[in-house]
Amino acid sequence: MDNYMKLEIPGKSQNEAFARVTVAAFAAQADPTIDEISDVKTAVSEAVTNAIIHGYENGPGNICITASLTGRRLEITVVDYGVGIEDIEQARQPLFTSKPELERSGMGFTIMENFMDEFSVESKPGQGTTVRMVKIFDGPPERNKA
Amino acid sequence: MEAKLKMAGKTLVVRLEGELDHHVVDGLRSRIDEKITVGKAENVLFNFQAVDFMDSSGLGMVLGRYKAVKERGGQVLACSLRPAVYRVFELSGLFSRIPVYSSEQEALKHV
Ligand SMILES: Nc1ncnc2c1ncn2[C@@H]1O[C@H](COP(=O)(O)OP(=O)(O)O)[C@@H](O)[C@H]1O
Ligand SMILES: [Mg+2]
Repeated sequence: MDNYMKLEIPGKSQNEAFARVTVAAFAAQADPTIDEISDVKTAVSEAVTNAIIHGYENGPGNICITASLTGRRLEITVVDYGVGIEDIEQARQPLFTSKPELERSGMGFTIMENFMDEFSVESKPGQGTTVRMVKIFDGPPERNKA
Repeated sequence: MEAKLKMAGKTLVVRLEGELDHHVVDGLRSRIDEKITVGKAENVLFNFQAVDFMDSSGLGMVLGRYKAVKERGGQVLACSLRPAVYRVFELSGLFSRIPVYSSEQEALKHV
């Protein structure tokens, strides 16, 4: 089954939960396990939160989220048109944060990378950031479990 | 996110409920910090029993309290982690700094 969704939301923190729950609901049709869906929710939450806090620095701006399913392969993109990232290599280091004063843990990219099967970041300073992630649902489908 | 705060001796017990993300941590942080600075709580115990989601913003809030409490000579503990929260703790190496117990009762024996 192939399917596609696109969601555009303003970068407000109350939309973080909405975004991750929406993508999880879309992904549910591919019968992910509970752990797999939890990984997807966490990764989407990280990407959307980064767009809000870092991309738009808590100011106005829209975030576009797409998700597509090809069989049991889920591909997600999260796009913002904010400040962008100068040094992606550095940004991806575990514990690196440019906003320690906001008590950021610097673990967002590390979580996305570990919880998903594929992960990449593209960014241009002053133009914005695109995070692309893939999750392959290879656990036993929930509905087939005893 | 709901959070019930109560004192058990010198330990502030924070019973979290729901989803711990960036949207809810700011309010929670100031409620807890008030108990540490004004209320003189020495230790903080986070009870995660009713938390089904936590991302790195939750992590930042827990680590921030760890630093604040440690500076004053106290400790931060956690209990009752469900699998989703456990994995985020594990990946970020939090277990080496924050002892985790199976229940609130068990954790309170160690303060
Ligand atoms: N969408 C984004 N736009 C601009 N900068 C970003 C974006 N996402 C991440 N960054 C940069 O990468 C760093 C690391 O991100 P992350 O690992 O999620 O940690 P944290 O959010 O805790 O700072 C951020 O501190 C920020 O400098
Ligand atoms: Mg982040």
